Amino acid sequence: MRQLIIALLSDVHGNLEALDACLKHAGASGAGRYAFLGDLVGYGADPQAVVDTVARFAAEGAVVVKGNHDEAVEKTPSYMNESVRTVIDWTRETLSDEGKVFLSSLPLCIREGPICFVHASAASPKRWYYIDSPAAAQRSIDAAQTAYTFSGHVHDQELYFQAAPGKTKVFRPVRGSPVPIGRHRRWLALVGSVGQPRDRNPEAAYAQFDTERERITFHRVPYDHLAAARKIRQAGLPASIAYRVEHGI
Amino acid sequence: MSSELDGFRIGECIHSGAMGRIFRVTGRDPGVPMIMKVPRVGPGESAENLISFETEAMILPALSGPHVPRFVAAGDLARTPYIVTEWIEGESLEQVLKRGPLPVPEIVRIGAALADAVHTLHLQDAVHLDLKPDNVILKADGDVALIDFGLTYHAHFPDLLAEEQRFAAGSAPYISPEQVLGIRSDPRSDIFSLGAVLYELATGELPFGAPATMAGLHDRLWLDPLPPRVRSRDVPPWLQEIILRCLEPRAEDRYQSAAHVAFDLRNPDQVALTARAVKSRRTGVFGQARRWWRTRGERARPLRMPKAQVGTTPVIMVAVDTTHPDDERQPALQRTTAQVLSLSPEFRLICVSVIRGGPGAEGSSDAGSPSGIYLDHLVRLRHWVEPLRLPVRRLSLHVIESANPENTLLEFARRNHVDLIVLGAPNPAQLGLAWWRSVASGVTANARCSVHVVRVPERATGRQDATP
Repeated sequence: MRQLIIALLSDVHGNLEALDACLKHAGASGAGRYAFLGDLVGYGADPQAVVDTVARFAAEGAVVVKGNHDEAVEKTPSYMNESVRTVIDWTRETLSDEGKVFLSSLPLCIREGPICFVHASAASPKRWYYIDSPAAAQRSIDAAQTAYTFSGHVHDQELYFQAAPGKTKVFRPVRGSPVPIGRHRRWLALVGSVGQPRDRNPEAAYAQFDTERERITFHRVPYDHLAAARKIRQAGLPASIAYRVEHGI
Repeated sequence: MSSELDGFRIGECIHSGAMGRIFRVTGRDPGVPMIMKVPRVGPGESAENLISFETEAMILPALSGPHVPRFVAAGDLARTPYIVTEWIEGESLEQVLKRGPLPVPEIVRIGAALADAVHTLHLQDAVHLDLKPDNVILKADGDVALIDFGLTYHAHFPDLLAEEQRFAAGSAPYISPEQVLGIRSDPRSDIFSLGAVLYELATGELPFGAPATMAGLHDRLWLDPLPPRVRSRDVPPWLQEIILRCLEPRAEDRYQSAAHVAFDLRNPDQVALTARAVKSRRTGVFGQARRWWRTRGERARPLRMPKAQVGTTPVIMVAVDTTHPDDERQPALQRTTAQVLSLSPEFRLICVSVIRGGPGAEGSSDAGSPSGIYLDHLVRLRHWVEPLRLPVRRLSLHVIESANPENTLLEFARRNHVDLIVLGAPNPAQLGLAWWRSVASGVTANARCSVHVVRVPERATGRQDATP
């Protein structure tokens, strides 16, 4: 176990099967630290088990930041659509009081040395801006003021980098292929979604950052997504959400 | 500079240019001679210079094989930037060219070796993007090594240079039209540069001169070069065909794989000649105007992995037993070959028949002479492939005499970058074909590529025996 490799997991969305698969993969490939980048709940059928698991990691020093779905458990915001509201309301009823306290106590953003962990954009994290363009990435990078910004929220895996001062570009990583990210540049990684990938590939997505060798590797991990989808249906949650998990959309 | 750095002893400076300096180094013995590249940094030096150094430091460790220098070590970019690599012994193609145009056999030998090197780079998901005689080293063993990966694109890494470079993207005489437009991810760009190098090898001239302005560079989007045969009558039509096909302004009109270029260079008699081969002047004003008009809308296409591009252009080799043309397995082999070909639009099919060498080995032929036997088999091979109705440029036929068909097929496949070998399984019922049994199993065991072994479904003979 090396403290030097950080597993970056985001958007678990109550999917215990996917989380377990990623944790197993990360442990086997040498991760010594864990960072959960928000949205532990919402969509999936196992919010309690996921929160319990993450709380256990947090007690051992893992980084955990809050996502918009975690916040919604406290108070359902107006912008969420019908099926998401249904799940959030259900999650609120399902979660233990300790679970709800854990979620509401999470910080929006954590800076640790050269790294900024934030669910959405470091430029006003509370507004949940999507990093969906080089300009949006640039704003987050500028606000973070760190060499590395690790985020989720957008469910794709992408690596934004400063090609030149003021010129941010995007790179689509190749799974399993380590990318050198030296700290002489600034980088923003969207690590993908553990519990609800949306690129037509149902495999769970996460990333690992090797702090010593300054390399990031984006991973995809197959898991029993049909079981996760079945549980969503069995819980009486909207079928459209189960369908998305089945097809990775 | 101190005489030692991170365990490397710094020796003689062998190159000092605008980009940086190169020293011989020793120490931390990796078993090969080494050089250290040190970029020029500091005020007044271009940022592009350093980015291209960073690019090389990122990509070189990911490359391997006999056609690239081995990566040894890199210094911290922020403190002491350097790269240590293997020093490749040999002569640069630039030095060779100084002695004037080369005879055709030399062009073929060097050109095919260069195409081999480019192909293996593309198979590693990289595009060199700065192929020129300076960056090509001829090794003593006849192989070619590529050097200088400062402008290289690799699909697994962020492209630090995209949009960064304008005029400096590659060397003006050799870069492809799409590089002029800022596209950096197309392996066919290297095929264009390969064509420019072949042109220079054959004629001693540059196909587009050495433009010094952006407008001059844009010319190659619609202007085609003076045909090589106009400059030198020694260039045979098939070589002109190969060179001009590499130099097509539109990437989709070029060879789609460097392996296909290597193959054509090594098999001149199999090159499908078109109007390019006999062209004796540039395209007329109207043709150029048409091309110019077409290029107005050109813009960057979406990225595609070089390996994926190569994957759609497979070289497929089918081993046909022309000694037994009526064998019941022949239709099955034909059917399978047709199915395999239907999966990829840009294939190249090589049909090979290995016949026993030596006089008297083949008694059934009408013609007694060795060449008569050879022709006889070539006719059968042509007959075999005819029902597939393939365009000539996708097809080549080879009859090879050999006492060791297994090794012959394997060597032929390796040399021609074959991606898939299709051949028939031995038929246990036919003792006469026991010879083929060893071939199919031997080829399957020892091939470096995939092998598709075709079997004829067994008829239910066992059950017939069981019926009273």
